[in-house]
Amino acid sequence: MTGWPLNYLSSAGLRAREVVPLTWYMLVVSIVVCLVIAALLWAAVRRARPEDRSVNIRDIPIERGSSGIRWISVGLLASAAPLAVAFVWTLLTLSATAGPPSQPGLVLDVTGRQWWWQVQYSASNPSEVFQTANEIHIPVGVPVLVRLHGGDVIHSFWVPQLTGKTDTIPGQTNLSWIQADRPGRYLGQCTEFCGFQHARMQFEVVAESQEDFDRWVSLQRQAAAAPATQEQTRGLSLVEYRCGLCHKVRGTNAGAISAPDLTHLMSRRTLAAGTLVNDPANLMGWIQDPQYIKPGSLMPNQYLSAQQLSDAVAYLETLK
Amino acid sequence: MMQPELRTPTVGIDSVEHAARLLPLWETAPGWKGFFTTVDHKQIGIRYIVTAFVFLALGGVEALLMRVQLAGPNLSVLTPEQYNQLFSTHGMTMIFLYASPILSGFSNYLWPLLLGSRDMAFPRLNALGYWIYLASGLFLYAGFVTGNGPNDGWFNYVPYATRDFNPGLNEDFYALGMVFLGISVTVGAANFIVTAFRTRAPGMSLNRVPILVWGTLTASVANLIVVPAVSLAFFLLWMDRQFGTHFFDPAGGGQPMLWQHLFWIFGHPWVYAIVLPAMGMVSDGLPVFCRRPLVGYSLVALSTVATMIFGFGVWVHHMFATGLPGLGLAFFSAASIAIVLPSAVVVFAWIATIRLGRPVITTAFLFFASMILLFVIGGVSGFMTASVPVDLQLTDTYFVVAHLHYVLIGINVFPVVGAAYFWFPKMTGRLLDEKLGRWNFWTMFIGFNLAFLPMHLTGLLGMPRRVYTYADYGGWGTLNMITSVGSFVFAVGVLLFFVNVIRSLKRGALAGKNPWDAPTLEWSTPSPPPPYNFAVIPTVASRHPLWEGRLGGDGALSSLDRGMMLDHGKETVGTSALDAVPDMVLEMPADSIAPFMLALGLSGLFVGLLLKSWTSVGIGGAIAALAILVWLWPSTELREREPAHG
Repeated sequence: MTGWPLNYLSSAGLRAREVVPLTWYMLVVSIVVCLVIAALLWAAVRRARPEDRSVNIRDIPIERGSSGIRWISVGLLASAAPLAVAFVWTLLTLSATAGPPSQPGLVLDVTGRQWWWQVQYSASNPSEVFQTANEIHIPVGVPVLVRLHGGDVIHSFWVPQLTGKTDTIPGQTNLSWIQADRPGRYLGQCTEFCGFQHARMQFEVVAESQEDFDRWVSLQRQAAAAPATQEQTRGLSLVEYRCGLCHKVRGTNAGAISAPDLTHLMSRRTLAAGTLVNDPANLMGWIQDPQYIKPGSLMPNQYLSAQQLSDAVAYLETLK
Repeated sequence: MMQPELRTPTVGIDSVEHAARLLPLWETAPGWKGFFTTVDHKQIGIRYIVTAFVFLALGGVEALLMRVQLAGPNLSVLTPEQYNQLFSTHGMTMIFLYASPILSGFSNYLWPLLLGSRDMAFPRLNALGYWIYLASGLFLYAGFVTGNGPNDGWFNYVPYATRDFNPGLNEDFYALGMVFLGISVTVGAANFIVTAFRTRAPGMSLNRVPILVWGTLTASVANLIVVPAVSLAFFLLWMDRQFGTHFFDPAGGGQPMLWQHLFWIFGHPWVYAIVLPAMGMVSDGLPVFCRRPLVGYSLVALSTVATMIFGFGVWVHHMFATGLPGLGLAFFSAASIAIVLPSAVVVFAWIATIRLGRPVITTAFLFFASMILLFVIGGVSGFMTASVPVDLQLTDTYFVVAHLHYVLIGINVFPVVGAAYFWFPKMTGRLLDEKLGRWNFWTMFIGFNLAFLPMHLTGLLGMPRRVYTYADYGGWGTLNMITSVGSFVFAVGVLLFFVNVIRSLKRGALAGKNPWDAPTLEWSTPSPPPPYNFAVIPTVASRHPLWEGRLGGDGALSSLDRGMMLDHGKETVGTSALDAVPDMVLEMPADSIAPFMLALGLSGLFVGLLLKSWTSVGIGGAIAALAILVWLWPSTELREREPAHG
């Protein structure tokens, strides 16, 4: 993800692609209008002759001059035409982006929470339902329906390369949909102000081939593997005792759901909703001092001993 | 029963004896007594202007702090909470405590002078409006300086503003402060409306008033309609927070969306309310420097009203992403696109006025003329946000931040500073310095565009709004640095304006009655005008009473020197709503402490509500009730009761 991952003058998915030409049209019209007005204004103002600048204003006589109504009528007509085009094009685009072109191949439930994204993959068999956080995997070329829920305050779901914004509002379910053209990682960002860490509330949409996606899903459905070493075992009991008050690791006693599901933590690219790259060093720093890294975050500082910290991370590193 | 006293006012010309009769009737007492009791619209207007500029400076300093934090990626000059309170307080300050009151100030000062009257229709209400504005501003800032400033943006969305997520006093300060301020806006609006329709000089039919009057009148009507929505919203929020009601709580059957509708039904018309009067300043000021009447007066006046009518139907364009049905969005999209048309009328009228006139470059002219371009830039970016699918990408990115600053600085600050250069001589008797004025203008113009033009690109590259920091994706850091530098240059420009004002108060060149050879009634009075404005009430026969005879044609002539004397008491004339036919003598109230007392009592009441100190609520309420009693006590001077007999 280089360049401008959040720009919306280009696109990587059907829903965003429909809008790009309209955005360019409105942008170009706008720039042309500004240039034309600037030119007219400049031409009008520069008629103030230099000798007028030092002259007493009273010495320039008042004249009624011509009525100038033609300026208004021509200007009005010239403005109305591009506006009418913009409106019709807007309606056509609105209709084209309203829903996916075919039945969605995947339905996701995404919940905005202070300050992370909860993602749920439903299945008819309850044992196959799983949750993850801040990383949404989808198969390329398949329309995906995203049901948006407000977990606490209002957030807004935005993946500029794939779709415009839809708010997640407590008490109602909003719908968005995405369909990626090609594999890649597309950055998403909360865009409704939601408190201290609105800035650090990102996520990624990972579009991959159907096979890769299926592989990912089957991995995510598995519970956490049992610890293999003594260190990991100590780590697990620490995770169950400390982290389990908020987090869940499926297959263990850590079973709370008010923070991201950690069952496959190490399969995700970032920590803390896009704040840090997910590597062991960052993970240690994040566990120990989240309030320094993401002030106001709902995760409290842990004050673990060096031994405890390395045990915990040793276990968490097994959650692939 | 009061017997109507029928009398025809004496008509005559000004004389030393006449002025000597008027002066004691209208003059404000010197010293503290006068300070707290004056009802002179000119003094009140200047107070509004000075107070609003103080808030502009405060809001500006807040903006500069934010620009330091955002100058580069991942800085930590401010904590997230400090940043959130700063951007919320900045918005609240600029929108509620600067942009609207500054226009009220100019209109308060100018209206009776423009209209050929001796005061606003309700002078005491006018004083009350100012005192409540000051008190509510102090109330809101008391929250900020104690670390309890608003922290959820000026738009203050629930549920983040509710007590579950926001347990401090921050939102209580904001909610109660806004309800308090709403009283000031409401009484001010009512006063403007009655003043416009009932106190114009004889002959000044509605199609002869300056465009500024159209602008402020339109804004005032809108405010009367929409301010109740926001006052209600803030009141309900306070109830939710403090008394456990569930208007906005989905767990109790409430609706977060209710807040957004109530807020934006108010919020978008409000945007027009804080630009239309400023556009009126340009429509009235620009032609003076083009040495000709405004092109298309009637169309400009109608466009002013049309803008507001459309303006009532666009609020949902702030809510395109909330999941409302597409068909509904299409209507609001249409209205938001169509509202460009009345604006286009005004823009072309201005350009034609310059083109078909003989422009004289002054600092005021530069501010007015450059505003046209800034208006268009802010307008077209607004047009882009009117298209639903495009807006779903643009909204809540820096593109919108750029847009709204072109609107609010371009269409409010630039015309206001231009208006200050234009009318300062009338208010003080001295001209602002033109040479410093050029430095002032160019620094502001270059700084502003340097700060906000690149910000459109920042937005198109996807940088979200209201973030206390950001990662450096492809040049966001550079763009933000440019914006930060530009904002400081702009701030220096504003500072030069304040310097010019302070220097010129003492050392400015003397202005005389009409330094710009301008056409409207205010320029027929001395600078500064006497407390009674007009020694005799003028009779008006055209839009340009002071240019008559020079515009060709042989229209009737206005009578400025000879008119109704009205010196039996503190009097001015009441005229009919459309044609301004005189139909009554209006007895104007003398200076009074009641407005100040009422504001003081209400302040105690609101502080009590904030702290849930029912004693304070009781005392404040009692003072307020007493003040109202004093205010409404029938007086013989106002012919509200018979003089005592025998």
